[in-house]
Amino acid sequence: MINIVKRRYLYFAISLLVIVPGLIALSIWGLPLAIDFTGGSLLYIRFDSGSLPPSQDIIDIYNSFGFPDTLVQTSGTSSLFIRSKDMDEAMRSNIVQAMEQRFNTSIVVESFETVGPSIGKEVALRAAGAVGLAALGIMLYITYAFRGVTHAFRYGVSAIIAMLHDVLVVIGVEAIIGHFLGWEVDSMFLTALLTVIGFSVHDTIVVFDRIRENSNIYRRIPYETVVNHSIVQTLARSINTQLTVLFTLLALAIFGGVTIRHFVITLLIGVLSGTYSSIFNAAPILVVWEKREWQTWFGRTPKQA
Amino acid sequence: MKVYRSLVIIIIILAAAIYITLPNSPGIHGIGIDRDFTTHLGLDLVGGIQALLEADLPADQVIDQASMTTAKTIVENRVNGLGGLNEAVVQQAGDRRIVVEIPGETDPEHALATVKQTGLLEFVDLSALPVEEAAAMQGSIIQTDFTVSESSPLTTTAVYHTIMTGKDIKNVNVTTSQASQQYQVAFELNEEGTTIFGNFTSAHIGQVLAIVLDKQVISAPRIDSAITGGRGVITGRFTLDEANQLAIQLRYGSLPIPLKVVTSQSVGPTLGQDSLNKSLVAGAIGLSVVILYMAFFYRLPGIVADLALVCYALITFALFKFIPVTLTLPGIAGFVLSIGMAVDANVLIFERLKEELREGKQLSVAIDQGWSRAWSSIRDSNFSTLITCAILFWFGNTFGASIVKGFSLTLAIGVLVSMFTAIIVSRTFLHVILDRVNIREHKAWFGI
Repeated sequence: MINIVKRRYLYFAISLLVIVPGLIALSIWGLPLAIDFTGGSLLYIRFDSGSLPPSQDIIDIYNSFGFPDTLVQTSGTSSLFIRSKDMDEAMRSNIVQAMEQRFNTSIVVESFETVGPSIGKEVALRAAGAVGLAALGIMLYITYAFRGVTHAFRYGVSAIIAMLHDVLVVIGVEAIIGHFLGWEVDSMFLTALLTVIGFSVHDTIVVFDRIRENSNIYRRIPYETVVNHSIVQTLARSINTQLTVLFTLLALAIFGGVTIRHFVITLLIGVLSGTYSSIFNAAPILVVWEKREWQTWFGRTPKQA
Repeated sequence: MKVYRSLVIIIIILAAAIYITLPNSPGIHGIGIDRDFTTHLGLDLVGGIQALLEADLPADQVIDQASMTTAKTIVENRVNGLGGLNEAVVQQAGDRRIVVEIPGETDPEHALATVKQTGLLEFVDLSALPVEEAAAMQGSIIQTDFTVSESSPLTTTAVYHTIMTGKDIKNVNVTTSQASQQYQVAFELNEEGTTIFGNFTSAHIGQVLAIVLDKQVISAPRIDSAITGGRGVITGRFTLDEANQLAIQLRYGSLPIPLKVVTSQSVGPTLGQDSLNKSLVAGAIGLSVVILYMAFFYRLPGIVADLALVCYALITFALFKFIPVTLTLPGIAGFVLSIGMAVDANVLIFERLKEELREGKQLSVAIDQGWSRAWSSIRDSNFSTLITCAILFWFGNTFGASIVKGFSLTLAIGVLVSMFTAIIVSRTFLHVILDRVNIREHKAWFGI
């Protein structure tokens, strides 16, 4: 039988290998926040002429209407995203008309979004609240669901650690990829993150449920063996479920159009991380806890019992 | 037999689901019910606008909830007055905000201006001013002694008397003036208005009566003769849009609370259509791959699970139409994601089934034991997803973020239906199809 629990520190190291660079990227570049949280306007336009004017010309037009600090990002061969301070529909309409005259082409407004600055702050605050609430709710739920097992609390905490692992992976990878692709953290990213949290715990519970069942059956076998046995028993299920979810998400990422690609890829990374963490982190942490291994981490010998 | 009873129930549910899902579902009419079943598409799929309006009053001022409800109703009427948009949504979000969603609206500038403006029309007595000066007031902002909220103090020097407001208008129409071919709004007053207007105009012939919208003078005509018939026109160099806007605002009354737009989003129709097509293709591809994979990996039980999966998709989609849930792009992603989760419940059960079979148990015993053993993990794991769905729903609801809300709702419905199909549907199908199969003769059918 494969022994996953035995190599637990290798798997913890692999997790760190993904998380640490992500955190470094996060501390250097930060997470660019979308207008949902900062306030501002985002205009997505397509030029009927099929060619794009220089970004500087667009920035100049925005400047002439009193909107400095405008960012222009190209999308495909004839479309642009323009981000600026918040404006109303009337101003948007004036600016688009000015661009049409200046570049001598008609412009299709694909989408326009505007968020007032005060509400952005409020959304950001509530968002943080939502993530915290989700973590708390799930921890309470797991402690309740595993109440019959000895050390029910450990299951709750281990599931939360695995969940934080996934959150860190998603945020770290977002910081790295986002920096190069110009992605911004918006409400949809947050929605994806919360879904990942749900999914991560979903996966962890399946493994824990097996441990719960097996520890009642094999009372004489060492805990480490029971945990490993449970992981291996649920491995086929974990991989199959992972694959089916992966298929559907990949289909969405490849064929689903540009508007939800960021959202779907965030889910994809989170789901991958969720399966990994429930197999290689959550259950092995239970073993580390059971054996109180942290006492030997810094070269001390364990106390004799 | 119990299995056949379940089968009958499943067939009834499926028949209902197919009836609702039909592209041109006739709906249910008669027997006290009158329902049509249509697919509600969000504005990211069909294009349109969404806006979050907020009471434009100091943040620490308590908003009178009765006024908020009135404001909501008026906004709703105005949105419907824009015409041709039958699926518009107007909801209160929190105690000082109103969400407006108008799918299919292509002129966001005009629509938002119509919706958010207070629309308070006043007939103001300018007889205190010399006639020449009064007639030149058009376009300027003035103070009047008619106020909506008690809190706004009248501090500026010139305060004019409001003799009547738009409340006394019974009927409005957009017409074109015969003389100048300009758009104008013709109105008809109610009985009380007719009396006030008649008395005032008889007493002030030769003086100026200003027509003021949201404190701005839109026209300042001189009273040539007494108007006692209760009819008049408002002229003000309107464009057709402006005239229509004013007519809508007059028809449904002025807002008791001033509103401002805090967030708005508009999506063009082409982007929406493109997104819809692409995500449908993606969903179909994802579903097919999952179906093939299950059949390949789990053989006969996999094919049974595929049947259950098709039932799952039908029932979920029927619920979307029945409740109804507005489908958005992330909502479709949530639906597709829940397909993966629906398979998960089956996978959990099949892995158990295989284990029981390897232990040499009889098939029908193994099916039941596989189910009962897998149930605790299916229940517990799905519950955690439901918790996050509930939190997302709350988060989306507070800000009128209908896209987040739509996602959480579709995912939650998906999770619940997936539990139903995995537990009832695929179990019954397996029993019906497999109870007579001799497992020892056909091990390959089960992938063991």
